[in-house]
Amino acid sequence: MSDDIILKAEDLAVGYENPLIRHICFSLRAGEIMTLIGPNGAGKSTLLRTVCGILKKRHGVILIDGREDTSFPPAEKARRMAVLLTDRLHPDMMTCRDVVESGRYPYTGHLGIHSADDRRAVEEAIRTVRMSDYADRNFNEISDGQRQRVMLARAICQEPEILILDEPTSYLDISHKIAFLEILRRLTAEKHPAVLVSMHELDFAEKISDYTICVKDGEVFRSGTPDEIFRRDVICELFGIRPGLYDEYFPRTGD
Amino acid sequence: MNLKLWGNPRSDAGNARLITGFAVLGTLLLLTLTMNVFTGSAAIPFDKALRIVFAGDRSQQTYSDILLRIRIPRALAALILGGALALSGYLLQTFFRNPIAGPFVLGVSSGAKLTVALIMILVIGQRHAVGSGVMILAAFIGSMMTLGVILIVSRRIKRMSLLVVCGVMIGYICSAVTDFAVTFADNSDIVNLHNWSMGTFSGTTGGNVLVISCVAIPACFCTFLLAKPISAYQLGDGYAQSLGVNVRRLRLYLILLSGLLSACVTAFAGPVSFVGIAVPHIIRVIFRSSRPVVMIPACFLGGSIFCMLCDMAARTAFAPTEMSISTVTAICGAPVVIAVMMKRRKGEL
Repeated sequence: MSDDIILKAEDLAVGYENPLIRHICFSLRAGEIMTLIGPNGAGKSTLLRTVCGILKKRHGVILIDGREDTSFPPAEKARRMAVLLTDRLHPDMMTCRDVVESGRYPYTGHLGIHSADDRRAVEEAIRTVRMSDYADRNFNEISDGQRQRVMLARAICQEPEILILDEPTSYLDISHKIAFLEILRRLTAEKHPAVLVSMHELDFAEKISDYTICVKDGEVFRSGTPDEIFRRDVICELFGIRPGLYDEYFPRTGD
Repeated sequence: MNLKLWGNPRSDAGNARLITGFAVLGTLLLLTLTMNVFTGSAAIPFDKALRIVFAGDRSQQTYSDILLRIRIPRALAALILGGALALSGYLLQTFFRNPIAGPFVLGVSSGAKLTVALIMILVIGQRHAVGSGVMILAAFIGSMMTLGVILIVSRRIKRMSLLVVCGVMIGYICSAVTDFAVTFADNSDIVNLHNWSMGTFSGTTGGNVLVISCVAIPACFCTFLLAKPISAYQLGDGYAQSLGVNVRRLRLYLILLSGLLSACVTAFAGPVSFVGIAVPHIIRVIFRSSRPVVMIPACFLGGSIFCMLCDMAARTAFAPTEMSISTVTAICGAPVVIAVMMKRRKGEL
């Protein structure tokens, strides 16, 4: 059934004057997690920023619910698609709840005043990411791992059909990585958003993906199910490394 | 009225702070306005003053002239322009995401001062009077020109502190050119210009107040209408865009409004320092919030109170000698800026 394809890219090219990646095609269904992997500088962020409309696409089509993304009025698009970017926030005097509340932007009226529905969505999102105890804390005073969860809650309370996450786990410690991805998995199972997420943690990517896209050298290097992608030969070629143990790279000195 | 408008379920404490905050600001505003009207070097008995203001008693011409033609217009000018200046500072801080931006530090006031001075010299030299509208227009052009330069600089310089240093330098250049023009425009009328260029609310007429309200109040209102997109803009360009904000257009509005507000102030009162930086910070601390929907009205009230108090100090502290308003605002405002900088972590500035 092609009806439930929520996000689709056809022959997409992203980048600046010279496109960074060309000929990107993918389609994403509700409740699916698609991971985007590839070496640093391959253009993962650029691709994600293009999909969510922050950067202009260079070529091709992006379809949201079968409609071209540019045909949506900004607020309507924001109700369908929420993002977690790598941009660091430096809010002044904002509590975690204040940050989460900003996700309700596309739903509120001219002055951004929150209705009971908005407040409910905010509280629920905060509960989903298990940050209820920290909701009134200053956003600048919590840990990076907690901040990422708050940012996820911000995206969740936007009630999107599509969730775009740009390296959400990159600078988190292992326990926070696990917590974050576990929340993400549960969320997709319960609310069925289509998730497009870039990450560097291959082991986790393998576990959470329904589908994986590898980008390298200006093109989609491979794409497929985790079984097809997370194989020694594919990964080694993708990142240009030799198979084997780390020891091979770091021989013990003095031996 | 549902007073949880801004809020969230937890924050009965937050709402209490909000209500108390606005109540205190409102009371202070009325109090300072009253003090500004009823104090001054001419001792007018309080009961007579009340009768003149509220009952239209015109039996004592001198008293009623002092009150109605001097003090009330001056107090109202300080009220509106103070609020406008604080908002202008708030908008610039938002725009540059820089806590120490403001119309005075970024040289915007000095740019406006330059164009207004040039217009005054040219027109007064020809023995014409300068209309309020022309003054505002000249000041607006001046502020937009300096903002234009600052914008170009800000594309290349990402460090916040350097941006401010550039602003200060641009301000100095504009002031130097102004002084130069004033020095050689050897005309007795230009003595006025010297007073004005130091910053003062004295000599405001009822007509001025009318023009000021017609320009500044709608501009403040428009600023309030931008509260929602500003709240998204605070999260950064990427997030603002992802929420559906037209960031380019918003940035244009922010610049135009802050330029217009500070132009209005400079046209009538000359460059007034530090209100634009200090007030938003004081307000943020009082309300422990940075929500634009709270900040914008609160900054206006705070700026009004701050300016009226400073103006009262300027005219009464060493009466009959009057200080320039910037003397007082700098003494009160500059320490706030220093405090803000000390509070910030090193990396951020």
